[in-house]
Amino acid sequence: MQYMLIFNETTAETGRRDDPAAAPAYWGAWNAYVGAMYESGIVVSGNGLQSPRTAIRVRVEGGKRQVQDGPFADTHEHLGGYFIVETVSLDDALEWAARAPCASAGSVEVRPVLPPPTNAPA
Amino acid sequence: MSDGVSAAAERVARESYGRLVARLAWQWRDLAAAEDALADAFAAALRHWPEQGVPDAPEAWLAAAAQRRLLHHARHVRLTQDPRVTALLDEAEPEAPERQAVPDARLQLMFVCAHPAIEANVHAPLMLQAVLGLNAKVIASAFLVSPAAMAQRLVRAKARIREAALRFEAPEARELPARLAAVLEAIYAAYTLGRHALDSPADDLREEALFLARLAAQLLPTQAEAWGLLALLLHAESRRAAQFDAVGRFVPLPAQDPAGWRDDLIHEAEAALWTAAKLRQPGPFQIEAAIQSAHAQRRATGQTPWRAIAQLYGVLVEHHANLGARVGQAVALAESGEPAAALALLDALPLEAAGYAPYWVARAHVLGLAGAPGRQAAVQRAIGLTDDPRLRDFLVAQLG
Repeated sequence: MQYMLIFNETTAETGRRDDPAAAPAYWGAWNAYVGAMYESGIVVSGNGLQSPRTAIRVRVEGGKRQVQDGPFADTHEHLGGYFIVETVSLDDALEWAARAPCASAGSVEVRPVLPPPTNAPA
Repeated sequence: MSDGVSAAAERVARESYGRLVARLAWQWRDLAAAEDALADAFAAALRHWPEQGVPDAPEAWLAAAAQRRLLHHARHVRLTQDPRVTALLDEAEPEAPERQAVPDARLQLMFVCAHPAIEANVHAPLMLQAVLGLNAKVIASAFLVSPAAMAQRLVRAKARIREAALRFEAPEARELPARLAAVLEAIYAAYTLGRHALDSPADDLREEALFLARLAAQLLPTQAEAWGLLALLLHAESRRAAQFDAVGRFVPLPAQDPAGWRDDLIHEAEAALWTAAKLRQPGPFQIEAAIQSAHAQRRATGQTPWRAIAQLYGVLVEHHANLGARVGQAVALAESGEPAAALALLDALPLEAAGYAPYWVARAHVLGLAGAPGRQAAVQRAIGLTDDPRLRDFLVAQLG
């Protein structure tokens, strides 16, 4: 079964990326975590994302485009990255979610991936 | 509602929940119905006690109220027309029933929860719910399972108890050791979850597990392993505060200051282990408790007897091999001056060790003692596999 692990970080946690004193520990933990996922053979695909400051939001409302620069003030947790993993059970996916560095500095959402429609072309 | 009344209700709930569920489930052979009836009884108590005052025997009051719910239900579904049963049906609110000893059926309930007909991974959750009344959401968080899935597993297990008509009776003498082992394993699982997780609700679970371990030893005083488990948990508990320094950083056992260990708990643990030893029934929990007792010697002598610890792990691995014991054996061997032998032990471990954070922590430590390469990579794997943020920070600091 495939699950998406959606890594949300608090603003303070994301800020550690740019803090010279905290950045080595921040990246050390993430590199080790992603490395352990790859070593265990569960990774289908995934990426970390650049800072929420780099985000741009596009919306079409009443036929009118609205484009907004990030970061967006209306959230206190930001998407920091995502991985799609293939595990035997949801319990295993939850175990990997709990190991993410942001599990204790934000949250990890676990969502089953929608299977492709059965009438999809082969 | 006054705070005094709800505090009294909570106290009664904590002290007597398991006893009441156990007795009702035993009488009615239906764990789920017993829990529902008791929940109604607690709700009734919160309605009536503020006006009428807390009864002299609150537990008996709750038992009577729950009993009536069950009788109502039984009559409603026409399960019984027996006049002896309906005669018991008292419509009035209970009036200060006599103070009476509620027979302690909690042990039977624990045995039912750890019955071989129920999947092993539900034993501990079921026991926590049935004996202590924890709700599925709290249990799910501690066991890292989705709350809906945990609720479903618990419901399924209770249906299984009803369908299979599992008997709420103590197991026969010949099956007692196996059944007791399952009960003790479940309590141990609950404790280790509570210990490794950092926040409530799992932190509460640790206390609940200690409570269950004390209860099991008290209700089965002639079973050495029940005392062994209690000794093991008390030793672990005695060092809990010393595991973290003033700013909350993780401190591994060899670096802990024994002055921070709790004397009262160590003494209680040693007394429990002594009680176990006198019964002359060796078992894995007693060996693990003996290992922890050896670590506790450092408080008196300033030295950790690593060679003795390695030998105890050897006995444990020989008779009750599991991954944790093998990893512990390797560390003790390395600490007593045989890092090469320790490394060979770790190399021989089965594949599933690769997903076990303590294995990589141990491997890094043994590689360091052996002066062999690869320590850094092992620390990396441990960081990636641990779900404990304080252990992660400790390991990240070691990357240098």
